[in-house]
Amino acid sequence: MILYLLRRLAVTALILLVICAATFAIFYLMPADPAQGACGKACSPERLAGIRATLGLDRSPFAQFGDYLGGILSGRTYGTGAQAVPCPFPCLGFSFQTNRPVWEMLTARLPVSVSIAAGAAVLWLAVGVAAGVVSALRRGSLWDRAAMTAALGGVSLPVYFTALVLQYLLVVRLNVLPYPTAVPLTEDPAGWAQSMVMPWITLAMLYAGVYARVTRSEMLESLGQNYVRTARAKGLAEVTVVRRHALRPALMPIVTIFGMDLGALLGGALITESVFGLPGVGKLAADAIAGADQPVILGVTLVAACFVVLANLVVDLVYAVLDPRVRAVA
Amino acid sequence: MSLLTVRGLTVDFGSGVRAVAGLDLDLAAGQVLGVVGESGSGKSVTSLAVLGLLPRDARVGGEIHFDGRELTGLDRRSLRRLRGNRIAMVFQDPLSCLNPYYPVAFQIAEAYRAHHRAGRKAAHRVAVRMLERVGIPEPERRARSYPHEFSGGMRQRVMIAMALCLEPDLLIADEPTTALDVTVQAQILGLLRELRQEAGTAIMLITHDMGVVAGLADHVVVMHDGRAVERGTVHDVFHRPQEAYTRGLLACVPRIDGPLPHRLPTLEASS
Repeated sequence: MILYLLRRLAVTALILLVICAATFAIFYLMPADPAQGACGKACSPERLAGIRATLGLDRSPFAQFGDYLGGILSGRTYGTGAQAVPCPFPCLGFSFQTNRPVWEMLTARLPVSVSIAAGAAVLWLAVGVAAGVVSALRRGSLWDRAAMTAALGGVSLPVYFTALVLQYLLVVRLNVLPYPTAVPLTEDPAGWAQSMVMPWITLAMLYAGVYARVTRSEMLESLGQNYVRTARAKGLAEVTVVRRHALRPALMPIVTIFGMDLGALLGGALITESVFGLPGVGKLAADAIAGADQPVILGVTLVAACFVVLANLVVDLVYAVLDPRVRAVA
Repeated sequence: MSLLTVRGLTVDFGSGVRAVAGLDLDLAAGQVLGVVGESGSGKSVTSLAVLGLLPRDARVGGEIHFDGRELTGLDRRSLRRLRGNRIAMVFQDPLSCLNPYYPVAFQIAEAYRAHHRAGRKAAHRVAVRMLERVGIPEPERRARSYPHEFSGGMRQRVMIAMALCLEPDLLIADEPTTALDVTVQAQILGLLRELRQEAGTAIMLITHDMGVVAGLADHVVVMHDGRAVERGTVHDVFHRPQEAYTRGLLACVPRIDGPLPHRLPTLEASS
């Protein structure tokens, strides 16, 4: 098991290195000149050359990648002498628009994205899995058909549509919720929850449908397994048969997609955050794209990719905990 | 006194298939009844009907009396109390019948706990004792192993341990040796014989293997197309089969003590 863990960590480190190389390539080797972006519109050739030297763009791509990687792993200093600008670990560069360190901007926005993603995940997991289990147990019933139609509707509705309808209904018409703002959980838990309810519902509607359908099909498959029949033949209560013998195997694929979805969402729910005007990582990315702020786009991409890769690592480890056969192979 | 009495049993599936078409069976306490027939003759469906384990689209008709109690139409709760506790079942293919996510002792212990007020530790001790009884070496250590860590024969021993941990009056063994190689088959049959002698458990042995029936059963019912075409003691049915179908079925099996025919006869496919 320890060997398996070490192997998985090594593979994860390798993937992260590849991601760093890919994001670096996008940033530095694309036609858009980063120095031009940093310099702004009214830029003299001397200043452009100065910025190019400060950013190290006059060096070879490999040397630049070394600097970039070194910056992420241990920080770096842009320029020399009086012009030197230190960029502490983990250095993802400075925003062209605000001149603030990208890492600082990201960490300031992360709590909002984590709040949205975690709350929505709890909601969609609870609703999706419960609906899927009940649908499988009452296959062909009115509930099953209604739940699966609702699931299809939830998956089909675009996030911006759901978000706007919710805002119109709950904020404008019924006036039961305030317009979402970034309230820190530690300062005002009730206000935080009130602000997050609509983003949670919006995202949960999208994901719960997928989870309900996957859970239903997995449950139907596991309910047909011979060991479920054995469990019934032993005289176990039906609730035990379902929970212990049918649901646990059915949850394995759910764990996989949940890890991927949560990992991706932690990197920012771009549309949801933008529609609700919440200053999360996704909103940061949207603003950076609109302003062609390359270091921020790069930083968000890298952090989002790291979340997905790390979520996958966690999924693999959870798999090994849940399934003894995976442990055996490990 | 008959422990299990089946009268006019019919099983129909939603697809319009009639799997059992008016079957009568009698099994006395402590006896072994062999139910033989080719694939699709309705043997396994009959066994599942006794325990009420048929799929939802199955319609069961006729009567199934167990220890004087009518089982068809019995409520879920009463049926659950009978399952495992008084009527236990061993299935074919123990690998797929044991849950791969739980250690074997846990799976035995949960059967025990389903019918007894027992703590986890006490039930675990019962499970270890049962593993020892069915001949699993180092039962204490192997108790924590998972099904995939056992051989086919060992898994079937675990299934038998699970079925017998509650000392049922009736054990339904549905093709218990089919997925096993010949030497392991002999071990499992030996184990069933031993358990029958020790605990006096009645066994309904469902198989397509005439040799298995000859070695273990007292009485035999030959099934074809959902009906019993012949019944009697093992000696009578094997030595003086009355029906052409039974004679055909027996002729399909090569005899170890006779000349080997150039080509074994086969039965025509069932309708």
